[in-house]
Amino acid sequence: MPTKIEKDEISGQMTTGHEWDGLKELNTPLPKWWLYILYATIAFSAVWVVLYPSAPFWEGTTGWTARGALAPQMQAEQARMAPMMARLRDATPEQIAADPELRAFAVAGGRAAFANACAGCHGAGGQGAPGGFPSLADDDWIYGGSFDAIQHTIRHGVRANESDEQRGIQMPAFVQTGMLTRAQAEDTAEFVLGLTGRSTDAAAAQRGEALYAENCASCHGDRGEGNRDMGAPRLNDRIWLYGGDKASVVRSISLSRAGVMPAWQGRLDPATINMLTVYVHALGGGE
Amino acid sequence: MFKKLSHGPIERNILLLGVLTVITISIGGLAQIVPLFTVESTIERVQGVRPYTPLELAGRNIYVREGCYNCHSQMVRPFRDEAERYGHFSLAAESMYDRPFQWGSKRTGPDLARVGGRYSDDWHAAHLRNPRSIVPESIMPGYAFLDRPLDYANIAAHLRTLRGLGVPYTDEMIRNARADLEAQARPEADATGFNARYARARQGAFDGNPDRVTEMDALVAYLQMLGTLVNFRDVTPEQLRQQ
Repeated sequence: MPTKIEKDEISGQMTTGHEWDGLKELNTPLPKWWLYILYATIAFSAVWVVLYPSAPFWEGTTGWTARGALAPQMQAEQARMAPMMARLRDATPEQIAADPELRAFAVAGGRAAFANACAGCHGAGGQGAPGGFPSLADDDWIYGGSFDAIQHTIRHGVRANESDEQRGIQMPAFVQTGMLTRAQAEDTAEFVLGLTGRSTDAAAAQRGEALYAENCASCHGDRGEGNRDMGAPRLNDRIWLYGGDKASVVRSISLSRAGVMPAWQGRLDPATINMLTVYVHALGGGE
Repeated sequence: MFKKLSHGPIERNILLLGVLTVITISIGGLAQIVPLFTVESTIERVQGVRPYTPLELAGRNIYVREGCYNCHSQMVRPFRDEAERYGHFSLAAESMYDRPFQWGSKRTGPDLARVGGRYSDDWHAAHLRNPRSIVPESIMPGYAFLDRPLDYANIAAHLRTLRGLGVPYTDEMIRNARADLEAQARPEADATGFNARYARARQGAFDGNPDRVTEMDALVAYLQMLGTLVNFRDVTPEQLRQQ
């Protein structure tokens, strides 16, 4: 029990009256300013509870909800952009690219949409990545680099089975399905390397030539020039989706490759797809 | 009265202290427990949400095991910036079969609530093995070890446990859990029964190899279905109403 509440001589404060082995404790109350702020926050919360949905079955007198507040915000923003977006939707990508005002808007908007939708696979600058994620910043196009071709690819995707007009034909897995033996795949790979002057085994490359003509040329072309209608990449340049060393080429022949890209029609609105088309076309290789 | 309830008298009266402690704790408890009685009314009446397939469930368990929620949320909040980046805000209905939910509270990486279908299976597998091979600026750790075989001997027990917690798995689903898991991971497998049991579930060689069922298969299958069950083009405002 506190028995001796007394005034401390040094600080002028009262003590609590407790004493432990000669030690006494000052009774220092909370500062007034601190206490009043605490009371103010309690009063504020009481008002808040009344105004906003703060408890089950209590919707608040303002009727505010986070979901309800979103719709007007979205609508206001869409209304602000509507005149420009309508022009971007109704114009073809060629027309957008030819009109300086539309083009500036489309490239800026396309950059933002690209960062969100495309950069994961194609890289922040469209540089692509090894392992089947093509660069969009060069002039080597699998399905074509014209406005129309780019837009078609964005809309319908590649082998995602989300659109009837999707890109991409499935290359056979030649060794896995038994169409070629492992040795034949290696000979074919040697011939393919020879298309860019990198074959190190002339005899194997010669054996591979007939195999190539029989199995590969119908899609990739007699001299590896590729075929955009089929999405068969060029083999006579130094750009490789899955690596251009012999082991990678043998693996491609053996197990096949099949990149997949989602169809963005339906995920993105037509104006955004137009902006993306113009942006991708402007990355460096548009035709 | 306030004099009587100042801390001095309270601390000296053990009975009064006990009663006031119980009252204080009860208020805290009620604030957490009472909202749970209204959970039913907060779940939107949207179509399409189904229990996870066995393979997706195994993937979800790996997602939890690896602590993905520490860096990735699964909760698109109703704000304009999030709606424009990720899509429609998350619904309570979309995580009603999640035990525990994976909403997360921190985004070191992006939100994953709507990641399904945005990337290819190959991308997910390559990215999980070594994120920087595809996204050079990524700081996510690599998970190449997920290429090991998936242990799914007890997958039926997982379904049964979840059914005990209220997830509507049928006897048929539990009986076929192992077969369904294998069917989903092997694109060549006959999937008639599987497709009948789980709507809008996709078969695939998720890790690129159709011959083995790996942890990578399970995790990618799970990621690829996230946020894809509700078709927001068909959803009416009436269905989105809570209560």
